[in-house]
Amino acid sequence: MPSLRRIGAMVLRYWYLLRSSWPRLLELIYWPAVQMLTWGFLQLYLAQNAGFFARAGGTFIGAVLLWDILFRGQLGFSISFLEEMWARNLANLMISPLRPIEFIAALMIMSIVRLVIGMVPVTLLALGFFAFNIYALGLVLAAFFVNLILTSWAIGIVVSAIVLRNGLGAESIAWTIMFLLLPLACVYYPVTTLPQVLQIVAWTLPPTYVFEGMRAMLIDRVFRVDLMIDALALNAVLLVAATAAFIALLRSARRNGALLQTGE
Amino acid sequence: MNEPAVSVDRLVKIYKTGTAVAGISFALAPGSIVGLLGGNGAGKTTTIAMILGLITPTSGSVRVLGWEMPRQRYRVLDRMNFESPYVDMPMRLTVRQNLTVFGRLYGVEGLGDRIAAVSAEFDLTDLLDRQTGKLSAGQKTRVAVAKALLNHPDILLLDEPTASLDPDTADWVRGRLEAYRLERGATVLLASHNMAEVERLCDRVIIMKKGRIEDDAPPQTLLARYGRSTLEEVFLDVARGRREADEAAQ
Repeated sequence: MPSLRRIGAMVLRYWYLLRSSWPRLLELIYWPAVQMLTWGFLQLYLAQNAGFFARAGGTFIGAVLLWDILFRGQLGFSISFLEEMWARNLANLMISPLRPIEFIAALMIMSIVRLVIGMVPVTLLALGFFAFNIYALGLVLAAFFVNLILTSWAIGIVVSAIVLRNGLGAESIAWTIMFLLLPLACVYYPVTTLPQVLQIVAWTLPPTYVFEGMRAMLIDRVFRVDLMIDALALNAVLLVAATAAFIALLRSARRNGALLQTGE
Repeated sequence: MNEPAVSVDRLVKIYKTGTAVAGISFALAPGSIVGLLGGNGAGKTTTIAMILGLITPTSGSVRVLGWEMPRQRYRVLDRMNFESPYVDMPMRLTVRQNLTVFGRLYGVEGLGDRIAAVSAEFDLTDLLDRQTGKLSAGQKTRVAVAKALLNHPDILLLDEPTASLDPDTADWVRGRLEAYRLERGATVLLASHNMAEVERLCDRVIIMKKGRIEDDAPPQTLLARYGRSTLEEVFLDVARGRREADEAAQ
């Protein structure tokens, strides 16, 4: 039975770490802010010079903000896990009564905490600079958020399992894996832009449904519930597969002695 | 007769690179303190890791307080603990924060009082609000031992607990460990390269070499058996195979 006390202990551990280091806190806001401002000003320029972009106000900024939920959500999950590897603390955790599912739950909570710290100021900047209020999407934003965060957790779980099994030599996967989704999930353009073969691949990725849904909302003012339900179903499959992979790789790490040697 | 606190039966661990543990068996009586000696690569750390459930054996079995490891580890992990200089605690957290996190993970009752007690015992009270990473090696070891005793473990596994400590601090830590064992009736398995430490603390010594148990007896018996006056000499005899050579010569 998962214990809230142990999950709380792990969340506390990451919170202590986060608040002990202002560069860590600043970094959470820095990149999303730079990205949002760059794309926001680009969109402003295009809107002044092209009719379509004038009508499709906010699609770039919206895409940047939603992409950051996906990217930072995974990074928040994976970095909290990597902190244990960097601190050589994993063996201490693995010999404690902490269950893998509790560990994963704590990492999920921390990904949200880090996301909130990083994204809330950036969404307020978007409002100030570009009059783009993502919160005006209301429940639609909640549907987008839930689907994106579920995907980010599934990928974060897989990345953590790979690092657990293979050591810090595999750390770069945590930083780069999400960029594979950037072209395929059609963050900045419709799925129809892709060649036919890649469109099939794109529709296997839950974020594709979210970004298509966002464009439908911002351009056509239509909330595509069907897209959100499809994304949710795919996310459920992805999360189950990711958890199974985590447990399998954890077992493999126990067989190979990788839990004691957590270096490269 | 009491059931052993730890029971290891024909334990084998084979990695792709070779055999780390080659079919060892031993049992630890409740309340005993047993030294695990051996050179580098003898299989001590792998043995301890299998007892902790950190490594799955290739074959054989480990039972801790009657529960099979690693399959039934969650039945017993809250009654065990471990300390090793090769496993760190989060460096950016203060000593108090680290003890708080681990205390909560282990479900320690009255955690504030318990932290105050172990801090007083290990002379950490003035260090509680300092970052663990900024402590000296000796202070870090005291924090790690305090963490290992935080949950009043019935089974304590120590992998070279006094490595990197100056002789005075090492002696002091040994005294604390001995006192804890006597006070709580805990079972302690101590892997060490420090023969004086083993001689002082342990009522039985298991000597490993190349994944096998070469000898297993109380220190005085070993000294008599090898005709030596210190455990260090016994260890060197085993490490260099002198006993086998003498027996072969006779």
